Amino acid sequence: MKADPKRVLTGNHFINGNHAATEGAIAAGCTFAAGYPITPSTEIVERIASRFPRVGGMFVQMEDEIASSICLQGGVWSGRKSMTVTSGPGMSLMMEHVGLAHITETPCVFINVQRAGPSTGLPTKTAQGDMMQAKWGSHGDYECIALSPSSPQECFDLTIDCFNLSEEYRMPVFLMSDEMTGHMTEKVVIPPADQIELVERKFYTGSEKYLPYKREANGVPLMSKAGLGHNYHITGLTHDEQGYPVLTKKVQEEMMEGMMKKVGDNVDKLTRYEEFMMEDADIALVSYGISFRMAYKAMEMAREKGIKVGLLKMITCWPFPEKPITELAQKVNSMIMVELNYGQMFLEMDRFANKYCETDLCGSSGGEVHEPEEILTKILEAAKK
Amino acid sequence: MAEKKGKKKDPKEWRIDIDAERCKGCGFCVEFCPKGTLAMSDDFNSKGYHPPMVANPETCTYCDMCEMVCPEFAIWQASDVQKKETHVADDLLRMDRMPHIWCPGCGIGTVVNCFVEALHEAGLDRDKTQVVSGIGCTGRVAGYVDLDSYHTTHGRAIPFATGLALGAPDQKVVVISGDGDLTAIGGNHFFHAARRNTDMTVICVNNFTYGMTGGQVTPTAPKGSIAITTPYGAFDRPFNIPFIADSCGANFVARWTTYHVRHLQKAIKTALLTPGFSLVEAISPCPTLYGRRNKLGDGLDLMKFYKEKSVRFKKDQHTTADAEIGFQDQIMVGNMVQRENPSLLQAMDSSLKAKLGDKYVQWPIPG
Amino acid sequence: MENREVRLGGFGGQGVILAGMILGRAKSIFEDKYATLTQDFGPEARGGAASCAVILSDDPILYPNVFNPDVLLAMSQGALDKYIDGLQKGGILVIEEDLVKVGNIDPSIKVFACPATRFAEEIGRKIVLNIVMYGFLVAVSDLVTEEIARKGVEASIPSGTEKLNFAAFEKGYQYGIEQKEKLG
Repeated sequence: MKADPKRVLTGNHFINGNHAATEGAIAAGCTFAAGYPITPSTEIVERIASRFPRVGGMFVQMEDEIASSICLQGGVWSGRKSMTVTSGPGMSLMMEHVGLAHITETPCVFINVQRAGPSTGLPTKTAQGDMMQAKWGSHGDYECIALSPSSPQECFDLTIDCFNLSEEYRMPVFLMSDEMTGHMTEKVVIPPADQIELVERKFYTGSEKYLPYKREANGVPLMSKAGLGHNYHITGLTHDEQGYPVLTKKVQEEMMEGMMKKVGDNVDKLTRYEEFMMEDADIALVSYGISFRMAYKAMEMAREKGIKVGLLKMITCWPFPEKPITELAQKVNSMIMVELNYGQMFLEMDRFANKYCETDLCGSSGGEVHEPEEILTKILEAAKK
Repeated sequence: MAEKKGKKKDPKEWRIDIDAERCKGCGFCVEFCPKGTLAMSDDFNSKGYHPPMVANPETCTYCDMCEMVCPEFAIWQASDVQKKETHVADDLLRMDRMPHIWCPGCGIGTVVNCFVEALHEAGLDRDKTQVVSGIGCTGRVAGYVDLDSYHTTHGRAIPFATGLALGAPDQKVVVISGDGDLTAIGGNHFFHAARRNTDMTVICVNNFTYGMTGGQVTPTAPKGSIAITTPYGAFDRPFNIPFIADSCGANFVARWTTYHVRHLQKAIKTALLTPGFSLVEAISPCPTLYGRRNKLGDGLDLMKFYKEKSVRFKKDQHTTADAEIGFQDQIMVGNMVQRENPSLLQAMDSSLKAKLGDKYVQWPIPG
Repeated sequence: MENREVRLGGFGGQGVILAGMILGRAKSIFEDKYATLTQDFGPEARGGAASCAVILSDDPILYPNVFNPDVLLAMSQGALDKYIDGLQKGGILVIEEDLVKVGNIDPSIKVFACPATRFAEEIGRKIVLNIVMYGFLVAVSDLVTEEIARKGVEASIPSGTEKLNFAAFEKGYQYGIEQKEKLG
């Protein structure tokens, strides 16, 4: 299905990542947003507040993030593509409802414009410290799909992808942006609407009783919405195919298996990454989001010194791209994760790669992006090994 | 230390001192001086602001209006003979952190000024006064007062203050936070603290906006006002803060504006000395966001508006239900509610004593 | 054309970031090339430091940071003090004349001063001081042509303010041409 031309601001824009993400959401057909102001994400709700009433969308500023994160789910079940936007402290508040979205299999998008934490931290400065939280922040087990943009253009493109994935897999999907990408201003080319592919949720159209958690061949149950006469029950309790709470181990197993396999069986299909200068590389940098751009510069600097460095840019951080990482580990001597935290995606890379090659982290306390020299230092250390 | 009020000052002993570098050129002192003593100078300070100057020294009656209304603590009465060299709030502020971050024309500094003077007048021990703030522009107040102070999380100053007040009942606990922090994300906690009559004084600086994050709408923004998340005007009814506090059962409820510096200061003093839950709402200008987006001028224009549009609460005519604020409409000000209901601790204590009798071991009060 | 890197700094409220945005927009949209703007600000809305950096390029830009700009625009003393060491030898320094005093700097740096706050107050509103500085900057640094620069202004201001902002741009630009000629 193509995007609606009335919702697509086709043309060249000089806008920041946050504004680009908003346009991506609108182009994707999002018509419901509930949010709360938090630096550095506020430009998104502000633009939504201005644009939505002009494109048939509804925005409500809720009293806090706890309210926003569940209000948006009401919006989903009203039949709309829905989203919220926040940063670290707000994401922490939203965690209970992230779990709710997972267990009820509610398609929606959470945008986290990461800032340095923990707690109030550095509200106006960048970091990538919430990566593990996206996967593990709510209690219990669940899978995660998270995409990381490294430019305003990617904020536009990947937000559309997030909505498409949420509809395809009937689950919450995260856009893990960050303050620098969100506030960086660059040219964003928004294509004509007929060049934007959208995925719409598949509704149950049968005449039998609707079973909200009966999985199709692809492992995803069909959706419904308020008022279709399906009289469904949606609960955060463990439930069977009918959606009724059945509090037994057997049903827990069935429910969990279905939920986990939606992503677990499709990791390769979901995995997105790009490789640069990898053909002859001895050392591989691995990065994502804004850190990718610093790592790229460091790679160029290392090449000038004659060191054969390549770069793998993760676009999906969750599910973790285990296949390309494992294959890469078997080709190179060293892999260095470049990220703005004390080692989060590093832990994933390490557990897949360390039986094949050396692994190292070029991390950060957050607050500012890496200087390329820092990354180069790690490359030089690795080159000695 | 505050000068004895009512004692006329001998002009030969006094002068007006101005810290030009601290000044942000808001013009409050010049406008509200009752004698026309001050004027804005043509010079710039290093930040590009025009500070005031004493244009007509012979007219000054040393009434201390300028010292009270200044949000920057940049102008004060000084006397070598009477040993007053600094601003009256100096002893209770972290002067090493001045100038503060608030904008020119913002009223938060004025509220802090009134709070400090209220503390002086109330005769409370500064070492037993606790200040708790949430997140936002007003939330930064905790960082500027030279008392035990706590900058907590968004909306949760009141529950933190509850823990402090219950755990250390000999301390005076004051919450100073903004309208968004206290009535949106903090709303739930506000209702419960007022309902339980928890021992604390809450000073809510209401500038009708989330300033720190860029000027989004709050639950107190008047209907029709513009904010960055309600660019076409707020369409829902705002909270009437005195009404909520009253209906939840608070022991003391008052509202004044930053124009009413003397009343505001006195109301805060009364609140500090009232046991149980006491609330003072201070309407304050946000020229940078609320004022600018609604084309209401600068901080001084907003202050003049407060002067013009304030209407006194009259006990025999009004209830707190009449205190709702419409866009650019009247602002009802006054001390509106005074009760003597037992505070949470008193209620807890008497109830447990009644049930447990001899077996009751009272919550130990330190010191 | 080699990349140009511009650092703009001043107080929050002077419109430093907007000036950078206008420059970036002029290059990337109206010249249809590439620009990246990154910015730094503290929690204060007014009075604290505000700065941004703009990279202008004919090719897509990957690395977004600026450490050694060839042009520095300082509208506050604090901005000059913080960023002067990073300015390249032979670079261009543009300052707000009344707020910034230049001490000992590398003699190869070309210094241009503009009393933008006073000009803005004369034109009628202090708030356009950043547009005055922008016009001045463009004139003395050749970052973009005058026509492209003006298109950037037009696309970046609230409708109804064109007269005021164009007057500010013109004032700054003309003054910049004069100062450039004086320097020879």
